[in-house]
Amino acid sequence: MTMRSASESALSLRRIFGIPLVLAIATIIGLVSALLEDGVWDALSWVTLGLPMLVAAWAIWFRRT
Amino acid sequence: MSPGAIRKWSWVHKWSSLVCTAFLLLLCVTGLPLIFHEEIEHLLGDKPEPPAMAADTPKASLDRIIAAGLARRPGQVVQFVVWDQDEPNVVIVNIAKSLVEPFDKSQVMIFDARTAELLMEPGNRLGFMDIMLSLHVDLFAGLPGKLFLGLMGILFVVAIVSGVVLYAPFMRKLPFGTVRKEKATRTRWLDLHNLLGVVTVGWVLVVGATGVINTWADLLIQIWRFDQLGDMVKPYAGQPPIDKPGSLDKAMITAQGAAPSMRPSFVAFPGTLFSSGHHYMVAMRGEEPLTKRLIQPVLVDAQTAGLTDTRKMPWYITALLVSQPLHFGDYGGLPLKIVWALLDIISIVVLGSGLYLWLARRGVSVDVRLAALAQDEQPVRAGR
Repeated sequence: MTMRSASESALSLRRIFGIPLVLAIATIIGLVSALLEDGVWDALSWVTLGLPMLVAAWAIWFRRT
Repeated sequence: MSPGAIRKWSWVHKWSSLVCTAFLLLLCVTGLPLIFHEEIEHLLGDKPEPPAMAADTPKASLDRIIAAGLARRPGQVVQFVVWDQDEPNVVIVNIAKSLVEPFDKSQVMIFDARTAELLMEPGNRLGFMDIMLSLHVDLFAGLPGKLFLGLMGILFVVAIVSGVVLYAPFMRKLPFGTVRKEKATRTRWLDLHNLLGVVTVGWVLVVGATGVINTWADLLIQIWRFDQLGDMVKPYAGQPPIDKPGSLDKAMITAQGAAPSMRPSFVAFPGTLFSSGHHYMVAMRGEEPLTKRLIQPVLVDAQTAGLTDTRKMPWYITALLVSQPLHFGDYGGLPLKIVWALLDIISIVVLGSGLYLWLARRGVSVDVRLAALAQDEQPVRAGR
């Protein structure tokens, strides 16, 4: 494999998994935050765990193809 | 990824999913009402409402409460006394025919903690929520049922991981979030399966893995008995188990003294799974959002009320206790439960669409699908 194609495939992996990775990290932050503290930290979990569903809803109903 | 590797991962994804999908669908469907079990129990009137009294009303003697419970069930024994974290005015007593009877065979009695009056005795009838719980936890088959569902959970995790791996070749030429609505039904559902699966992957992995850990609860408690409990009560080795435990009120004073900043969560009576034949195991909990879910066992001699030992729980019991809220979703108020339910419904869609994708393409090999994929991509590539 040449250097060029290696960096290209790294780029495409980042493109494919970039958004899913951000959503997974947000999910983990939410799962842990509600566990550690109440109040604002609970609210943070509602937002971060709701985010993947908002993104999916956007892709299904509002995304322009 | 080479076509050979894709074929292998495809095989893993197909078979791990096919074996577990029916059970996972059952778990997702029965889990849905369980998320809201507290709210549903309130609605059905299955939760006791202790009458309002002055906040400084003194608590009744636990020994009196236990005696009242045993008087209603002559010849039976107390297994556990449990305190409700959210309702400090009730004490829950578990009474069963024998000390080692499984929880689900024991009789629950709920007493007013101040008056020692019986508030509620749910009885042995199998309610809707009991059926949901049994289907979800052990398929009415006890420990073998739990371990079987745990195995299905492990396959589910394998299916998720292989699904994420396969996501890459399928999405190589498609921008994130593509749903090809103008294409055939199967293509549309493939896109939806990929999209819904990949955005919820963090949540399903955590809920799946913590569910698997929960199926090992009985085994982890047995390990704790061998690993720590036996060592803590070594001075009592060889002595015959006591016949009748002494005052729990006195034992509680000892336990509170051994863990002054903590509150009691439950007491396991001598001879039960959680204790030795000679001790009250008083499980003390913290008061912070996280520490109130963790327990520290205090072993109190059930006859003399003297302190025998107290140790922090080992890491595997702590892992079990932390994995419970992460599986139940009961730790961030009602909004978190609603989010949990929505994610559960999305998981049902991912499972169902996966099954549909297999049915719709049975007999068509991966190579043909890959070729079709390459063809699908052509217009996208040309369009750039």
